[in-house]
Amino acid sequence: MSGRKACIVGVGETEYARWGKIGDVTEHALACQAIQRAVTDAGLSMQDVDGLASFAEDRNEATFLAAELGLPSLRFANMVWLPGGGGGCAAVGNAAMAVETGQAEVVVVYRSLCQGQFFRFGTGGVDASAPPDPAPPTVQPANSLMLASMGFAMPYGLLMAAAAYALPTRRHMHLYGTRPEHLGLLAVTFREHASRNPRAVMGKKPMTLDDYYASPMIADPHRLFDCCLESDGACAVVVTTEERARDLSRRPVEILASEQGAPQGYAFGPFTNANVADEIYATGGTEEMANRLWGKAGLKPSDVDVAQIYDHFTGCVLMQIEDYGFCARGEGGPFIESGALSWKDGTLPTNTHGGSLSEAYIHGLNHVVEGVRSLRGESTSPVEGAEVCLVTSGACVPSSALVLGRK
Amino acid sequence: MSERFFPDGMPQPLADTTSLPFWEAAAEHRLVVQRCQDCGRTRLPPSPVCSECQSDRADWQEVSGLGEVYSFTIVHRPLAADQSLPFVIAVISLEGSGGLRMISNVVGIEPEAVEIAMPGELIWEDMSETLAIPRFRPRS
Repeated sequence: MSGRKACIVGVGETEYARWGKIGDVTEHALACQAIQRAVTDAGLSMQDVDGLASFAEDRNEATFLAAELGLPSLRFANMVWLPGGGGGCAAVGNAAMAVETGQAEVVVVYRSLCQGQFFRFGTGGVDASAPPDPAPPTVQPANSLMLASMGFAMPYGLLMAAAAYALPTRRHMHLYGTRPEHLGLLAVTFREHASRNPRAVMGKKPMTLDDYYASPMIADPHRLFDCCLESDGACAVVVTTEERARDLSRRPVEILASEQGAPQGYAFGPFTNANVADEIYATGGTEEMANRLWGKAGLKPSDVDVAQIYDHFTGCVLMQIEDYGFCARGEGGPFIESGALSWKDGTLPTNTHGGSLSEAYIHGLNHVVEGVRSLRGESTSPVEGAEVCLVTSGACVPSSALVLGRK
Repeated sequence: MSERFFPDGMPQPLADTTSLPFWEAAAEHRLVVQRCQDCGRTRLPPSPVCSECQSDRADWQEVSGLGEVYSFTIVHRPLAADQSLPFVIAVISLEGSGGLRMISNVVGIEPEAVEIAMPGELIWEDMSETLAIPRFRPRS
């Protein structure tokens, strides 16, 4: 397998906008644009691409995109099973496996979202202003495994992600004394990082801790500013072999390790995992996976120079920081309070693009893009000399992660 | 019909043949959990096989309806028209269930007064002639 080690050689994205703002361009057109930009960034052409991979129940099928983009031959078309944003790093990991085994030479991982053209994830698909069905409420048929499982959450009003992920966070607060201030500081830190990023949807909207406390409560302890954005936009990354990367224009970023992980009983996370082991309920559910990841990379948490941690909700970042071993269990709050996550003096500058809280919500594939930029020295909040970047995908659900290294 | 806490327009339960017996028992105001007939392990939500011993033989065990709050969130956004806000979604540890927890609501208390480890008891909300939803209130 000499020379077939997987690298990321190109990244690209469309404009990012508030959900519903991109109404005149289709979601698959945005996907095409992001893929084109990433391939161009890599110094490749569409003639070189023979694999496409995505995740999060992507509506934009690889087979159709391959036809639209004129790929000569689609040798690897791949989707990840992990729910929603849990699968972004896994899609990159699958692309890496494909090129390392010779299944494909150049795989583009993509994610495109136009929530205004479909539905807002944040609402769970429910329209509370709709007139009620005149028929008496009754049990409805569940025609999928997902819906049968959600049947034990929905009648209690548990459909909104902000409420579901509040459950493990609330228990963390109970067990360890984690405070709203810790969550607020995290949101403020990522917003500050976004202030230097011209792509960030919230880049020109500074936030103080007072602004955070003034934001409306959505699902206690989640205020509005604890919740990720809901965005329209697309991004893509190009994965190929080290050998191929040598001939390309960009400094390759090596995929040092990738892992997927779902603890026993995790299913769809806090919507359905009320019965996971007590020891992992108030965690991101990623500790066991993180240990595998560090083992595979031959690195430890203190080797990480910069991190891009999936931030659907502030508490989920806090619990991941503990899972990945950057601090002890229960110490996530004080770790954030210490300023560790801040660019540029923190010990673990995190979400240097602003994250899903302040750059854009592209199901975390934009975190992979930023991970690449941070190792190329192209981040708008650059960490000088950064050689190792951790990228994680949505936690508190089955998740995945990457360790990226500067070649 | 019981006291009402939530409007008719709340999302309705969805069930397949594996999970339907839970809701059939609920309609009779019996809170049941699935139990493996081979190893005795209980499970919720229902599933076709026992995750402990892989047996597909299961029956249904009624539980007392006593429990305590394991975690909760106070939700300020409605799911349905005319829903009173905020409302509490909770994970409830069920006594005598073999260590199971279930998602439910805590009603009959100011949301801000709900705490983890608070003892609760089952209260049925009849949404219609055929649908009863198990919710919890502070133990009297």
